[in-house]
Amino acid sequence: MSLDRAAVAKIAKLARLKTDPDRLEAMASELNRILSFVEELQAVNTDNVAPMTSVQPMKLRQREDVVTDGGNPEAVLKNAPQRQGDFYTVPKVVE
Amino acid sequence: MAEKDYIQGATGAWEIVIGMEVHAQVSSKSKLFSGADTTFGAEPNHQVSLVDAAMPGMLPVINAYCVEQAVRTGLGLKAQINLHSVFDRKNYFYADLPQGYQISQYLQPIVGKGVLLLDMPDGSTREIGITRLHLEQDAGKSLHDQSPRESFIDLNRSGVALMEIVSEPDMRNSEEAGLYLKKLRTIVRYLGTCDGNMDEGSMRADVNVSVRKPGGPLGTRCEIKNVNSVRFVQQAIEYEARRQIEVLEDGGKIDQETRLFDTGKGVTRSMRSKEEAHDYRYFPDPDLMPLEFEQSWVDGIKATLPELPDEKKARFIEKLGLSPYDASVLVAEKESADFYEKVAKGRDGKLAANWVIGDYFGLLNKSGQSMEDFVITAEKLGGLIDLIADNTISTRLAKDVFALMVETGKDAATIVEEKGMRQVTDTGAIEKVIDEVMAANPDKVAEYRSGKDKLFGFFVGQTMKASGGKANPNAVNELLKKKLAG
Amino acid sequence: MTVNPDSLTIASALDGLAKKDFTAVELTEACIKAMQAARPLNAVITETPDKALEMAKAADARRSKGEAGLLDGIPLAIKDLFATEGVLTTAASHILDGFKPAYESTATANLWKAGAVMLGKLNLDEFAMGSSNETSYYGPVVNPWRAKDGTKLVPGGSSGGSAAAVSAGFALGATGTDTGGSIRQPASLCGITGIKPTYGRVSRWGIVAFASSLDQAGPMTRTVRDSALMLQAMAGFDPKDSTSVDRPVPDYVANLEGGVKGMRIGIPREYRMDGMDAEITTLWEQGKQWLKEAGAEIVDINLPHTHYALATYYIVAPAEASSNLARYDGVRFGLRVPGKDLTEMYENTRGEGFGREVQRRIMIGTYVLSAGYYDAYYTKAQKVRTLIRKDFEQAFQRVDAILTPTAPNAAFPIGMKNDDPVTMYLNDVFTVPTSLAGLPGMSVPAGLNSEGLPLGLQLIGKPFEEAQLLRLGRSLEKVANYTAKPFHWWES
Repeated sequence: MSLDRAAVAKIAKLARLKTDPDRLEAMASELNRILSFVEELQAVNTDNVAPMTSVQPMKLRQREDVVTDGGNPEAVLKNAPQRQGDFYTVPKVVE
Repeated sequence: MAEKDYIQGATGAWEIVIGMEVHAQVSSKSKLFSGADTTFGAEPNHQVSLVDAAMPGMLPVINAYCVEQAVRTGLGLKAQINLHSVFDRKNYFYADLPQGYQISQYLQPIVGKGVLLLDMPDGSTREIGITRLHLEQDAGKSLHDQSPRESFIDLNRSGVALMEIVSEPDMRNSEEAGLYLKKLRTIVRYLGTCDGNMDEGSMRADVNVSVRKPGGPLGTRCEIKNVNSVRFVQQAIEYEARRQIEVLEDGGKIDQETRLFDTGKGVTRSMRSKEEAHDYRYFPDPDLMPLEFEQSWVDGIKATLPELPDEKKARFIEKLGLSPYDASVLVAEKESADFYEKVAKGRDGKLAANWVIGDYFGLLNKSGQSMEDFVITAEKLGGLIDLIADNTISTRLAKDVFALMVETGKDAATIVEEKGMRQVTDTGAIEKVIDEVMAANPDKVAEYRSGKDKLFGFFVGQTMKASGGKANPNAVNELLKKKLAG
Repeated sequence: MTVNPDSLTIASALDGLAKKDFTAVELTEACIKAMQAARPLNAVITETPDKALEMAKAADARRSKGEAGLLDGIPLAIKDLFATEGVLTTAASHILDGFKPAYESTATANLWKAGAVMLGKLNLDEFAMGSSNETSYYGPVVNPWRAKDGTKLVPGGSSGGSAAAVSAGFALGATGTDTGGSIRQPASLCGITGIKPTYGRVSRWGIVAFASSLDQAGPMTRTVRDSALMLQAMAGFDPKDSTSVDRPVPDYVANLEGGVKGMRIGIPREYRMDGMDAEITTLWEQGKQWLKEAGAEIVDINLPHTHYALATYYIVAPAEASSNLARYDGVRFGLRVPGKDLTEMYENTRGEGFGREVQRRIMIGTYVLSAGYYDAYYTKAQKVRTLIRKDFEQAFQRVDAILTPTAPNAAFPIGMKNDDPVTMYLNDVFTVPTSLAGLPGMSVPAGLNSEGLPLGLQLIGKPFEEAQLLRLGRSLEKVANYTAKPFHWWES
């Protein structure tokens, strides 16, 4: 599996990363270098092996349904690059 | 499939195929993975925890109540409960999705296949398959109309627990889709797992619509997002099916896409923000372990389930002698069913059903009040029915008494007493009235006797009027027949 | 009395404070001075001297009332991956410009509860992605150890600032985080001790996430005893972290001097790699001898899937990272670079906000999770991960702990390994398997190479056997008798 410029551009789009078109070639080669490195995994026999889901064998702990948080809009808004009152704002979205 | 379900296009009949994904908000106090409040209608961003705002380093911890409600709902849908399920991240960027992913369940949902029965108007039922139910986080809310150049983001809903209930594509017309949504709402409300409040967004439907030639292969479907009422679901389907048929009959093809229902114009349109092909890159959320519980715990929940609408309906039909239609009307809301049962207790079930469905619901709706606040309690309605049953008042007169009960808040017996509305069953008194009526209308009597049977109604009317409505109608009929026959 | 923080350990400083040789304020002032003098190392992103002095004053007050905590008055520095309330928290990334969290990470909160004093926030590889501390938006950290010819060397990474701060002597200890070796490798390259606890031992709440199934915080100190003390304070169950394990924290200090007599130490054959630095092999051999002399039994073991660990790691970690870093979108905190619409704003913000290595990993992670490739890469890697853990489980049926080199090389010149990402990744070859298996691992400085640069040995323990691992580390430290310190060239 080898990535070309178009594939790299597509991944960058999916990851929402602005990429310089002049860098696509170089990026493709870096990524291909990494991908060919990880390719060696294909040599491992993993028949009947379950993928790891949690590194410690433990059950998901559950919490009680109690309101313990929120109610402090400044705590979540104070770092916002842009806001209007108690709203975050973003460039207008057309649905 | 009945022919009546087909839509006639220029090239012949088309069949609609409908499946639905309903998002039902779990009736929890706090969110699925954070301790923030879920109460509707708060000031913007006032019910947002650091977790909901996806601050760096924040981690999810699951709400046990939400897990239980998902299982309860699954049991209510007679579905497979999965003792091992997995939370996945669904990755995509959107302004009201702070994490950049939604925690959902993809390959291993908490609830598997189940079934839901539609109560058709003719009294029959129709089975709709449930594919699955899974737990997931709601997104926040984007407001696009507050400013010309910006969208405003409110994260109060961000992280609220949703049950996504996915149906099989088993519905064939908008009516069934409406019934499906109503029935699902009934079930979650019986279970108490979701308040079913569609106005507040507690239940929203994504409707998948495709059309095909009857018996042909499935067509390409469009998904109409976030429809929030039964009526809109039906309108959206009607419009969308017509649109697809037109496109196909014009030689076009349907693009699989996400559409929005414009409630003002009654049309669906392509969603610009969803144009781009998605690749959600689902993978198990490494912040959460697999969700596991014991069968005994599920059994414990099962033991606490209330009687569900289908069972209640069957009981009403079997034990109380109701028609399937009346039974399904009564069980549609648990409150109505409970009210009805109180009224029917120790009385004639059929008579009680007629009164609850007819007069009671009629005046209740007119009043705009809730059952709880409405002046007519089950005891009061029962009292009225008792007066009919023991012939104290006629059914006709009972309607007047009922109106007065609503108006004055007094019980039936008091009104009948005060107004002297007790039914006259004394044949002597009735005969006396009949004699007067006949004496006043000798020509009509002659006409009747010469064969104009239709005039009988006239005499009944005159007699009832003259008795102030209090004469027992059966007695009036009998006596009139005798007297008029001469 | 003048205090020289470079001559102290946490343990000896606690002694000095207890004996009133100096106050916490005096100690903190000395540390601040040393920190400022060490600016040429670029180990610190944000110095917090005022906060430090305020905390030190409070510590002195507590001590005078007889209420001193476990680490009361001990000046520590914090890797800038831990959220610190009201203090700039950057993850060494442009994208977190100006971010001052309204919350404190559980791990640091635990340290403050024990009375520790915060000197500042330490430089690191951007989002902890790197093995040389060269990917930081705030520039590379310089290793206090220089080459003989004066060439500036990397401190390792990603906790490079932490390792440098402790090695340079201005912080008595520092927090680190370790995803694939980010505590152990820089500890080795800077001649200090660092332990990555068992996954789940220290809460991840409030630590900027890199790869959630691997990230684990731990202490970086000058001695094993200091690591035990710091870990004692940091570790514990946290209900806010679903992966935090609910089990008591044992006393890590009590049996520290218990020795290794009768312990069985495994030597994994697969860690002898082709083309390995001969000096590393020699040191490893030496380590074996030392432990044997100290009374341990040396056992050859196999960890058959070791070779595949790095490839597994470079699928799993970027995959998780690509998702964890999606929240940096310019909406709620940090940098926003405007765009004509929402998507362009995202792309501009993330394109300018993330550095190259971070973008590279996001790209790899996005790709391996994408439709059509998920099973071949991600699922496959998680299966191999299961095999790697099984290797360890089997080995631990025969041995109590495992001894390996920490890193395949000593500190290297800044800029040397930047041409090829995979060459850089090879730095973690000995540390990554432990991370994938969630096991505790520690690096103990064991000697100097011919260039006079420090080298560490790694000890790997069973899950939640940190106490045993620390005891073993203490034995190794004693026999290795490592006392070397870097020349303070930055002060002249």
